[in-house]
Amino acid sequence: MAADASAQALPARFRRPSLVSSFGLLLVLLLLVWLGVNLVKTPADFFDVFLIGLTTGCVYALVALGYTLVYGILELINFAHGDVFMIGGMVTITYGVSIFNLHQGQGWVIVPIVFVVLILSMLTCGLLNAAIEFIAYRPLRHAPRLAPLLTAIGASFIIEDIGLAWKGPNYVSAPDVFPHSAVFTIGGVTYEWNKLLVVLITAPVLFGLTYLIQRTRQGKAMRATAQDRDASAMMGINVNRTISFTFLIAGMLAGAAGLLYALYVTTVRFDQGFQLGLIAFTAAVFGGIGNLPGAVLGAILIGLIQAFNEGLNWHAPGSDWTESIVFSILILILVFRPEGLLGEQTPEGG
Amino acid sequence: MSATTTSHLGTQGEALREQIGFRNQARAWWRAQPQERRAAVAIAVEIALAIALFFVDHALSYGVLVLSGVYWTRRLPRLPWGLAAQVAGLALLVILAIAWRTQWSLVLLLLIGAAISWIPERRRSWGVPAVVLLLAILYPFYADKMFTMPIFGVWPDVGTGVYMLVFIMMAVGLNVVVGYAGLLDLGYVAFYATGAYTAAWFMSLQFAHVTWHFGAVGITKNLIGIHVSMWPVLLAAGCITALFGVIIGLPTLRLRGDYLAIVTLGFGEILPQIARNGDSLGGFNLTNGPNGITPIDAPGFGHTISRITGGFLPANYLECCSRTVNVGFLHIHHQIQSYDVFFWTAIVLLLFTVFCSLRLQYSRLGRAWIAIREDETAAAAMGIPLMRTKTWAYASGAFFGGIAGAYYAVFKSATFPGDFFFNISVFILCMVILGGMGNIWGVIVGAAFLAYLNQEGLSNTGAWLQTNIHVGGWRPSFDPSLYASGIYGVIILVVMLFRPEGLMPSRRRAAELHEGVHDEPLYDHEQAGSTA
Repeated sequence: MAADASAQALPARFRRPSLVSSFGLLLVLLLLVWLGVNLVKTPADFFDVFLIGLTTGCVYALVALGYTLVYGILELINFAHGDVFMIGGMVTITYGVSIFNLHQGQGWVIVPIVFVVLILSMLTCGLLNAAIEFIAYRPLRHAPRLAPLLTAIGASFIIEDIGLAWKGPNYVSAPDVFPHSAVFTIGGVTYEWNKLLVVLITAPVLFGLTYLIQRTRQGKAMRATAQDRDASAMMGINVNRTISFTFLIAGMLAGAAGLLYALYVTTVRFDQGFQLGLIAFTAAVFGGIGNLPGAVLGAILIGLIQAFNEGLNWHAPGSDWTESIVFSILILILVFRPEGLLGEQTPEGG
Repeated sequence: MSATTTSHLGTQGEALREQIGFRNQARAWWRAQPQERRAAVAIAVEIALAIALFFVDHALSYGVLVLSGVYWTRRLPRLPWGLAAQVAGLALLVILAIAWRTQWSLVLLLLIGAAISWIPERRRSWGVPAVVLLLAILYPFYADKMFTMPIFGVWPDVGTGVYMLVFIMMAVGLNVVVGYAGLLDLGYVAFYATGAYTAAWFMSLQFAHVTWHFGAVGITKNLIGIHVSMWPVLLAAGCITALFGVIIGLPTLRLRGDYLAIVTLGFGEILPQIARNGDSLGGFNLTNGPNGITPIDAPGFGHTISRITGGFLPANYLECCSRTVNVGFLHIHHQIQSYDVFFWTAIVLLLFTVFCSLRLQYSRLGRAWIAIREDETAAAAMGIPLMRTKTWAYASGAFFGGIAGAYYAVFKSATFPGDFFFNISVFILCMVILGGMGNIWGVIVGAAFLAYLNQEGLSNTGAWLQTNIHVGGWRPSFDPSLYASGIYGVIILVVMLFRPEGLMPSRRRAAELHEGVHDEPLYDHEQAGSTA
């Protein structure tokens, strides 16, 4: 089905600039004009907002990678992933406050503590995600595709309510441990340490992931399983274990994202995971589902778009419309360029 | 165990499946036991359960005994043993009812149940719904006479009945999309919202700069705003929502199943946000923002029609009714209220929905939906226009969702953007899954049960748990209605894992869900071979 779809899509794209694609181009042009006008009018605000967007983009990237890893290997939208991320935030707060007594203004002592909490949070979320796979998706490996999608929604709701039962319906606040002092200030634009720390934690995780997937034996098994499950099984790869491992890695990324979100935004609520998960899924589709660099690129772009929408002054719709804008982007991508910016890499799409 | 499941690798056949995993082995062992022993064990377990439950709630153990009694009587040969056992059981019931003062409504309900089981097989497909329909129509008269259920407490009141009927209607509508055509729609709430806001626009003071009346009842002359009678508005809401479904469908129905799900989810999130922020769209107040649109005009037939029908059709639902119905020997003295009329109207609308849905199922279009659901490529090869057929599925599903949404808005006399959460979409989806995708009767039962749980059942259950469960000094103190979405999650998970065809499956859908994908993967056999 997908093979013939892509066979039709390719020549059509070269043949003629259709009405549809010129409409898409027009939208992109309008977006660029809007950004340009904002840049000229209030350059300081623009760069401030840009930095905020970059930081949120990093958090989204970690979540989006989880979606894209799972989709790449199973072709399943793991709806529960956003909620695993939320649990990561709550776990961070619990470990950080009750075990390590994190609080504001501790100075550089926080570095090892945050590192340990990061590892704990990643492990918890990784195991949780692998458990979800074991319970909700593995028995349905050969069922019609509708079935695991539905159990994914069920799992998502269950985890959301676990968060509700655990921490209650209100915002749980985390200690604001990241320092807010400036790293540098150029022309009225300050870059604070808390933003830099988010990038500093995200980057090694991303490099570690890339190393794992590109250089290790297990990563090779994951890539092989993503390409063709049956063939990799014939090559002696334990497919089920590889899929479990993928869920573990995806959950660990969500755990890291949960920590960053909890410590950077400093509040978490039980229902935030689902919303943010959908935004991150949009990012993954934006970059090309199954494509790891694509997920990071898409996440940073989505983070920037969200920040520009909420922070700019000239004709910005504002935070009331964030979800609508993100979902409109999702719909527009799926309609105009379903393979995403960098092209999708799924078993079906090749 | 069916002949349709193809054998694995051509040689080992069904035996393989029974060797894998603890669950399958246990099941195979159980099936290998002689029938008498199985029956004896099952009856012993039931009696033990009944005795255990007797210490929790007498009614619960009573229920277990009655249910198992019905089950085992049905397995007896019909004549004479089936009849004899039933008569004996019912006689025992009546004696117990007199001795223990069981509420008579329970006895009557069981008698009706026994009568239903004697409807001959070939009339059952119409007989059972007809009896249930009759009982539903009469429900307002005997609602306050009903017995107290174990766990769930009192029977739903008529207002909850309207809520249930509206959600059954939506579930039947969603069943067209998910059950018939196999398209996963996670944004059904968008259709509900469209219907509700259509009703609100045409039947309220929202557009104060226009004054346009068309058959509306219960409003003063020259009142500002658009005021149209509910009946054309319901139709309009259905049509507008269907149009909206087409608009959503045209760009997105080309997508793969899971992408389609997420796009519909996106629409389901965008639309409520527009409703929430719609108090100044470019300076125009479309939806009145978070305050919602309220009040919405009362429905009714107007004085002329009411007079012609001799007051049978009420002029205005809210100023209804003065008539009292007395049935002496059943102690029924019921004054008809406006909720009752809303309830009956909802039944009529539901009947319309079910009728359309049944007629669609085996129509040319319905068969095309089934073909697409089973194999899209093969359907296209047979000359079924994929896009058009899918769009029709969307439009029909949306049509019913729109009518239900509009009617519910009129019933509540308000519509708020906070009513349209993603949870509602999943809630309706859960109804369809629980009942059985594709089988309209199953969907109706599932929807009625879940809608009741959502509205009254869960909080009643919470109260029951608090009074009746105590382990040592511990009592459950949580409110299950807070965790409604988690409970739906569990229902979805459990149903999809253990009985993906739902409680009352459509035979065809069950076969599909068990057969699974056509290309049998190799790696599980490899693994199975190593463990076996």
